[in-house]
Amino acid sequence: MKWSEFFVTGEPLIYAADVAIVLTMVGIVFVLTYFKKWKWLWNEWLTTVDHKKIGVMYIICAVLMLFRGGVDALLMRAQLTAPNMKFLDAQHYNEIFTTHGTIMILFMAMPFIIGLMNIVVPLQIGARDVAFPYLNALSFWLFFFGALLFNISFVIGGSPDAGWTAYFPLAGNEFSHGVGNNYYAVALQISGIGTLMTGINFLVTILKMRAPGMTLMRMPMFTWTILITCVLIIFAFPVLTVALALMTFDRVFGTQFFTMANGGMSMLWANLFWIWGHPEVYIVILPSFGIFSEVVSTFAQKRLFGYKAMVGSIVGIAFLSFIVWVHHFFTMGAGPAVNSAFSITTMAIAIPTGVKIFNWLFTIRKGKIRFTTAMLWSLAFIPNFVIGGVTGVMLAMAAADYQYHNSYFLIAHFHYVLIAGTVFACFAGLHYWYPKMFGHILNERLGKWTFWLFMIGFNVCFFPMYFLGLMGMTRRMYTYSAGLGWTPLNVVATVGAVLMGIGFIVLCYNIYYSARYGERDMTGDPWNGRTLEWATASPPVHYNFPVTPVVEDVDAYWVMKKKYGGFHVKEEDLKPIHMPSNSGRPFWMSVAFFVAGFGLVFKWFALAIVGALFIVLGLILRSFEDDDGYHIPVDEIKRMERAARKGA
Amino acid sequence: MGANSHRESFPWKHIIGFLLSLVLTFAALWVALSSGLPLKAVIVIIVVFAVIQASLQLFMFMHVNESDSGRIQTFNMAYSFFIAIVVVAGSIWVMQFVL
Repeated sequence: MKWSEFFVTGEPLIYAADVAIVLTMVGIVFVLTYFKKWKWLWNEWLTTVDHKKIGVMYIICAVLMLFRGGVDALLMRAQLTAPNMKFLDAQHYNEIFTTHGTIMILFMAMPFIIGLMNIVVPLQIGARDVAFPYLNALSFWLFFFGALLFNISFVIGGSPDAGWTAYFPLAGNEFSHGVGNNYYAVALQISGIGTLMTGINFLVTILKMRAPGMTLMRMPMFTWTILITCVLIIFAFPVLTVALALMTFDRVFGTQFFTMANGGMSMLWANLFWIWGHPEVYIVILPSFGIFSEVVSTFAQKRLFGYKAMVGSIVGIAFLSFIVWVHHFFTMGAGPAVNSAFSITTMAIAIPTGVKIFNWLFTIRKGKIRFTTAMLWSLAFIPNFVIGGVTGVMLAMAAADYQYHNSYFLIAHFHYVLIAGTVFACFAGLHYWYPKMFGHILNERLGKWTFWLFMIGFNVCFFPMYFLGLMGMTRRMYTYSAGLGWTPLNVVATVGAVLMGIGFIVLCYNIYYSARYGERDMTGDPWNGRTLEWATASPPVHYNFPVTPVVEDVDAYWVMKKKYGGFHVKEEDLKPIHMPSNSGRPFWMSVAFFVAGFGLVFKWFALAIVGALFIVLGLILRSFEDDDGYHIPVDEIKRMERAARKGA
Repeated sequence: MGANSHRESFPWKHIIGFLLSLVLTFAALWVALSSGLPLKAVIVIIVVFAVIQASLQLFMFMHVNESDSGRIQTFNMAYSFFIAIVVVAGSIWVMQFVL
């Protein structure tokens, strides 16, 4: 392979990106060396098994990926603003919409949600860490290096260009010759393994490590949604694992599972992809419902309305999510019986979702609402998500879907559910739990600027797309002619996209501003919260709770505050705390995964085997490791508690 | 540490499970490759072997009968069967028009 094929060449945008990447790396190395932070980075972050730090790292990655995916989106909007634009060529446009979709779902939405659940779930259930802290670190680093492998594709070798769904036969060797789709198969595989382990980890954590008194029906709603999400992850991700493995075999080793010839079934890829893919969208939306439930209940200052109905509807949605996947390819033409059956199951999802909408509305009703930024995101979610949901029911009608399929109507629909659902929830959760993560509050004034810019921009950007779809504009087309009359609405959509971009910049500035000047949270409970995470200091000491709290109600901390005036710890009750040891192995094992993956992408099998051997070595070393963690002595706990609580 | 307190001196269960798994795997391989039975019979036999091996592993390696959360385990397995049926039977049903 020539160097000119190894590096992507010929695009001024790519050369600019090359320069930016090199400068950024030099900058990071310089800052770390100049401030002598390498040891700190390794000891405090790269080897940590603390769920709160792992959660923070997930969220940092998610925000970076939101930037990357957002730049992709802005490039696409720039290209589509006017007819016959020459800004991007067809190939570059294909690569950009592919990476935009893949990154936004798998490397932005997923880690944002997983980051929040890492930080919040153990705190909400009164635990000191997750069930398998070492595994949790491995999950994160696998995600990180999977995302890294996917992201380097645009400067090394070329990005995948067959859409985020990577449908065969287009994604096969016959039609995609480059290494782009190898990156897709291998990078998603690596981060998918991490996600699967996260699912198992949190399922066990929630089932086994709840504080005394916290029965299943006393769990906070966010924890409930995470429990059900874990079930979805555990049952859905193996399908992706298998499908990606078959894809890798097809692309790298020349098998014929999804090809057009020799008995291959190209549509079987679509089938397997969506058996995973539909539960996947519920994996990102159910935790969002949980976040909104927490925020709405806290800032309406009322108990969540219809707790049992909420739980029932989550379980109902999770159940239905596995029997609707064909609605993504009604137009494959599987016949009236198949399409009708999946049409009905799809529409049925609107019922439990509607139940939840009414539960939030009744929670707000007669509440003393505090309009914080987190609450604004939650309030905006309800009408915007309903628009997305109702158009979803329109798409669910198989006969009508033949008109809507792959048009901008569909684009508008899924952005309305994914942005108004998941992204709004991530922002709500970020503002709500930010003091818990960093000990200071995100500036409310800037937060509201972000909210209004982003929310208005979102509607200006995506609402016209419903009409563009009905006017016949289809997705993934890189340009259009002037006579079609799509120009005005496309200009409007681009204006909206720019507003969203400005909103994102304000959010980033807010993170910087609040770190320097933001209000410090000395109480640990800045929002007058209802659940156990607010019983800890902000940020919590690394063992979370000096003694395990006892739960008497769904709103555990609320009841504690009413009955006992808070969560009090008597120093004579303290016992030595057992904590897990840090380990560097998850990090270097994931590097080995990265090396093996890189070898597979370029079919450099010697490199792949070296990487694989190091993975096996890591497994063996872990198997024979005898490290039961360490105990924090009582005196040390006393000292840490006084330090953490000196403001309260 | 409930699981560790009555640690066996020698992991008999694991050895037996491991050996039986090997036997069942190679038996299935033999049935499929060199038994000469008709295709339908081969499929039935290897599916039976697979089910036996799966349950063997549940008891020998995963200690399904040793935990105190029987209800969760039962629910988990019932749901697994449901998903397996949905994925396999559903895919066959959906894809039959190209089969």
